[in-house]
Amino acid sequence: MSEQEHDTGGASRRKFIGAAAAAGGMAVIAPGIHLIEVSQANAPTRPPGEAASNLVRWGMLIDTNKCTAGCDDCVKACATENNINEKVADVRQGSQWIRKIEVKEAKGGHTFSLPMMCQHCAEPPCVDVCPTGASMKRADGIVLVDRHSCIGCRYCMMACPYKARSFVHQPLTGQNPEVPRGQGCVESCNFCVTRIDKGQLPACVESCAKAGHHAMIFGDLNDPSSEIARRIAQTATTQIRADLRLDLGVRYQGI
Amino acid sequence: MLRIFRLAVGVLSAVATLCSTGAVAGESRVPKPAITIENPGKCVAPVDEMRRNHMDMLKHTRNKTLREGVRGMKTSLNGCIECHASKSTGSVTGSNENFCQACHSFVAVKLDCWGCHQPQANYKADKATTALPADHASTAGAK
Repeated sequence: MSEQEHDTGGASRRKFIGAAAAAGGMAVIAPGIHLIEVSQANAPTRPPGEAASNLVRWGMLIDTNKCTAGCDDCVKACATENNINEKVADVRQGSQWIRKIEVKEAKGGHTFSLPMMCQHCAEPPCVDVCPTGASMKRADGIVLVDRHSCIGCRYCMMACPYKARSFVHQPLTGQNPEVPRGQGCVESCNFCVTRIDKGQLPACVESCAKAGHHAMIFGDLNDPSSEIARRIAQTATTQIRADLRLDLGVRYQGI
Repeated sequence: MLRIFRLAVGVLSAVATLCSTGAVAGESRVPKPAITIENPGKCVAPVDEMRRNHMDMLKHTRNKTLREGVRGMKTSLNGCIECHASKSTGSVTGSNENFCQACHSFVAVKLDCWGCHQPQANYKADKATTALPADHASTAGAK
């Protein structure tokens, strides 16, 4: 009987919190801790004509607990956004800006799935080794290739510990006007830089949220009030190969 | 006297030949490029300046945009395409009637822009064809 009462009380409390959240869009759980309606909005869009600022550091947090094995919505969204649809002679030569990997712990047998892409290092090895200065880091932390000066030497592909870069082997046509890409250059995830500059989310993050997985969060790591910064402050997150001390922009939760 | 006469005839005939082929009149042996500007009058700078400096403008813009993230500059390549793409083909390249290629083939300067950039105005990638190709390894690694 007392158990039943307890249950009823729990349900009514949940209802109350739900109602409060619906009414205000925000629920106060305890002083200082707020459950805010997921707002993954970026920092205010820069006005056109203003350069990217180093006060912002774009980053991504991937929750592997919410990332399902076999789901490749993010990979498909990336391919659509950046028009990566060319047929290649050898599968190993296909461009991969983002890929899904499934990892199994050898002893315990625990498996999990995660998307792997350019980790947008603060100290990127690809930039260190580039002989022409084509591989570069923008002020807001996005690592990208300036194809105008890329000579296709692929040194950066060898330097990258995350196997994040690809080389385009064949002539391309039908590119997205906002995402120029072509033969003879190395390319990799650029956090959908043109979308970010417009105040939108990267295509993969958007598709993950649209499909209801919410495994990817994108935002400004330097802004303590951003969703991503709060999550990183509150929960344990991992940088892959943290021993390399590259200070990654992409972090994982649950690995 | 005969020698002078022969020389005079020679000179005259040479001048006549030159005039008839048009070399003196300033025409070239190669047909001049046919430049059609589909949406005239909106250019970011006068024609003389554009002819001489468009490559520097584009280079400056590309560096500012890509490296610094400055968007919406008026001298963007996509801005050029908007006005200069041919109405029949929708492109600035592809044949010698199209704006960029018309001059560049005349002066024999290679166009590298269109290896990566989309040369068509208001181009919308066909979403139906952008599905993941079968040979795109979307999952890799330990299995």
